[in-house]
Amino acid sequence: MIDTTFLSSKINRRDLCKVALGGTLSFMLPGFDLKAAQKRGPERKKSVIILWMGGGPSQLETWDPHPGTKIGGPGKAMKTALPGLQISDMYPLLAEQLESMSVIRSMVSKEGDHERGTKYFKTGYRPEPTTVYPALGAIITHQAPNSDLEIPQHISMGNTQQPARGGYLGGHLDAFRINDPGKNIGNMRASVKSPRQNRRLDNLSVVSQTFQKGRVNQAQKTLHQSTIDRALTMMSSEQLNALEIDKETESVRKAYGDSPFGRGCLVARRLVEQGVHSIEVNLNGWDSHTNNFNGHITQSKLLDPAFSSLLKDLKSRDLLDSTIVLCIGEFGRTPKINGLDGRDHWPSGFSCIVGGGGLKSNVIIGETDPTGKEKKPKEPVEIQDLYATILQKLNIDYTKELISPIGRPLKLSEGTPIQKLI
Amino acid sequence: MKLNSHNWKLACLPFGVVALVISLVAWASSSPINISSKAPLMAEDNSFSQTVKQVDRFFEKQWSENKITPAQISNDQLLLRRLSLALHGTIPSLEEIREFDSMQGEDRLERWTQKLLADRRFADYFSERLARAYVGVSGGQFIIFRRDRFKAWLSEQIQANTPYDQLARDLIAGEGLWTGDPETNFITAASADGNLDRNKLTGNTVRAFLGQRIDCAQCHDHPFDHWKQSDFEGLTAYYGQVEIQVFGVRQNEELKYEVEDRDTLEKRTVSPQVPFLTECLPEEGTLREKLAAWVTHPKNRRFERASANRIWGLLFGVPYIAPVDDLPAPTDLSQSEPDLLDLLGDDFRKNGYDIKRMIQIIVASKQFRLSSTSENIEPEQIERDTEAWALFPLVRLRPEQVIGSMLQSSSLKTIDQNSNLFMRGRRFFSELDFLNEYGDLGSEELNDFPGTIPQALLRMNGKFAKENGSASPLNSVGRIAQLNISDEKRIETCFLVCLTRLPTELESEHFLKQYQAEPDQRAKITEDLFWSLYNSPEFSWNH
Repeated sequence: MIDTTFLSSKINRRDLCKVALGGTLSFMLPGFDLKAAQKRGPERKKSVIILWMGGGPSQLETWDPHPGTKIGGPGKAMKTALPGLQISDMYPLLAEQLESMSVIRSMVSKEGDHERGTKYFKTGYRPEPTTVYPALGAIITHQAPNSDLEIPQHISMGNTQQPARGGYLGGHLDAFRINDPGKNIGNMRASVKSPRQNRRLDNLSVVSQTFQKGRVNQAQKTLHQSTIDRALTMMSSEQLNALEIDKETESVRKAYGDSPFGRGCLVARRLVEQGVHSIEVNLNGWDSHTNNFNGHITQSKLLDPAFSSLLKDLKSRDLLDSTIVLCIGEFGRTPKINGLDGRDHWPSGFSCIVGGGGLKSNVIIGETDPTGKEKKPKEPVEIQDLYATILQKLNIDYTKELISPIGRPLKLSEGTPIQKLI
Repeated sequence: MKLNSHNWKLACLPFGVVALVISLVAWASSSPINISSKAPLMAEDNSFSQTVKQVDRFFEKQWSENKITPAQISNDQLLLRRLSLALHGTIPSLEEIREFDSMQGEDRLERWTQKLLADRRFADYFSERLARAYVGVSGGQFIIFRRDRFKAWLSEQIQANTPYDQLARDLIAGEGLWTGDPETNFITAASADGNLDRNKLTGNTVRAFLGQRIDCAQCHDHPFDHWKQSDFEGLTAYYGQVEIQVFGVRQNEELKYEVEDRDTLEKRTVSPQVPFLTECLPEEGTLREKLAAWVTHPKNRRFERASANRIWGLLFGVPYIAPVDDLPAPTDLSQSEPDLLDLLGDDFRKNGYDIKRMIQIIVASKQFRLSSTSENIEPEQIERDTEAWALFPLVRLRPEQVIGSMLQSSSLKTIDQNSNLFMRGRRFFSELDFLNEYGDLGSEELNDFPGTIPQALLRMNGKFAKENGSASPLNSVGRIAQLNISDEKRIETCFLVCLTRLPTELESEHFLKQYQAEPDQRAKITEDLFWSLYNSPEFSWNH
């Protein structure tokens, strides 16, 4: 929950300016948050980065190739640093970085529609009309908030129709959206400079006073002013630097790729360093009903450099042990190649990569039929099981029940942890 | 070279054609509705004022029993603002404020309400609200679900004031193609992955028209209410013969409704059955026609109560009983007094399920006119007063109301169907963008929701706020800054345009000082003044 005592306490703008000023000078002292951010290994609070593959990537052209078979298409497979794992040869950079990650090749879903499938896979709950379920990132933020953060705790980058939402936990847990990461931090900067900004804030306090007359309590309960104050704190926070990438060297930026997704992955790494725990980076364009193979080549040129650089950086900065990285979409694609050289939606037996944050590494779970005839994969895994696993690794009790607004007790996840990953 | 006059004419021809096309398009796109019809005269109607009195008495009795003093009656300008927000989703324009100010007579608010209800903006705004209640906001399966058509159809029905029971029956029992008979989109919206989800249809129907959430009875008996899983299955069986074919939504008498038993996994046939008021089922008609008749039967009080609760919710921003679609079962009126929903529902039924009449009754009642300020400062006391509706509730404007208000305040004239294409296009696209960033509430829009930091950032620093708040010859900020009037008048105009009220003395003084100190900075001072009004709690809270 939000700390309401903080919100209702009477902080005026001048106090905030002082705090903001203090914040700017605090870099001279090793502040608490700095210490926390510098911790490494098991002591560090864990973060989760979800690389969301919107549209549903083909398992056959990514992590579960069946080269030389009827369903395999023209693609080839290549060895990776993960012993025994072969992935599509479109991912040479990633192949080198996969050691200490794991692959699940048997994800199953019950939703074959983009909207419903995305809701299901972002939350771990199948969508239904009476309850809006929170995304995994919102659950993490709700259960393990980082009170040292002045910037948003839950961030979604890249353009998407369905960003991670707070659902019944509340709109304040919706992911903060950055459509064009690394380029534009959106509305975080004031549109005029001081002294005009100060004049605006002065004006605002005069007009707000009128409204408070006869409504002291009601106006305070609206949290209008405190929300504005927190937004102002954010606007003047040093931590905003985590969202800027010009401080990175050109070679680093180049390695991730100059695409919204590449920049998003770089920002994601910076956010983890800052102590943000729930991050989502979206990459759309996987819905290859036609021209599947060329489409996947285009996509791989965005995903391969960004994903591999992210893993490489997390490892070299000793952050992978405290950061779970999950690369997944709402479903996979049919083994059968359709008349337009495309593949259609396939919610039974598709792949994801997961690892870091203390999860067991170098595990390969599940297997799909190389002939494509058998629909059901070996060792099927449901998304709620994966989320229960992740929550457990974050030391969050996934069986804990919260009460939804209509009075229904709901577990954080209805799955059971995947033993092979723990 | 000598300029040939013929060539010159030829050169102008394309421009002439363009001008002609532009004027034709502008003409064609202008609304056939008369420009700002005059507010009508009120007809005397005894039963109308009777119901208003009953509603007032209902609350007055509660207040006196609980020793609660209701708040003062608000001034007319504030009521004007509440009305525009409730019925058009925007604040009133300066043009409208001026027109209202010039109206005379005790009943000018009633007449003004009628005017707003006759305005196409009302039908358009309410059709979106109702569409959310019926089919939500999701796009669904594009080929067979056309939300745009559905909304346009609803808007036509509201404009024509189709009786609400008729509208409900058309939705439940409609047949035809989703494009030509748009009401059938109510059915096709429940389609996913090429299958019609009949459980979802039942859930939607009962929530939207009977104000009950029985969706959970889909899998198990309702934990707190008396709904059984068998009730749900029996109701769903009424949708058992509906089919989506190439020719649209059709009834197929061959079909039987089967469910899979959760335990034995065996299929069993379920026959249509209603959980109560069996006597209200007609003998004749298709299964869906029977269901439609049962849902809207005058004896089925859930229908009128659910409708009243929703309309109340849309006018106040919070329903009388929350959540809007989970009402307790109606009480036996021979044993207990009617509650507010019974009173409003009774009038609704006796007067042809007339939505506009119900709105006018609620607006004419004392509740709608109470102030949101109170002399009490005890939090508990204020809580009690608010719960007893003795104080107008402070309700956060919904995202579309915020954007509607920001857009309207950027213009001195009313933005409606008579506005030019550019303005209407701007409204359409800004609304989409803004909703996307502000967070759309979907079908949950009448639930309480907290404001967020991204919303505050969007209002303060967003692109739309920046564009609207920068002085230009085309927007109100620029025009007010340019006007050759006294600075006092200038400040007054800003306040009227944004907050529908005059500035207080203190406010006036504060801004006057700024204008006097830097007379050459008029535009910037006006911009900063507008910015503070946009970001004030008064702007984004209905009060």
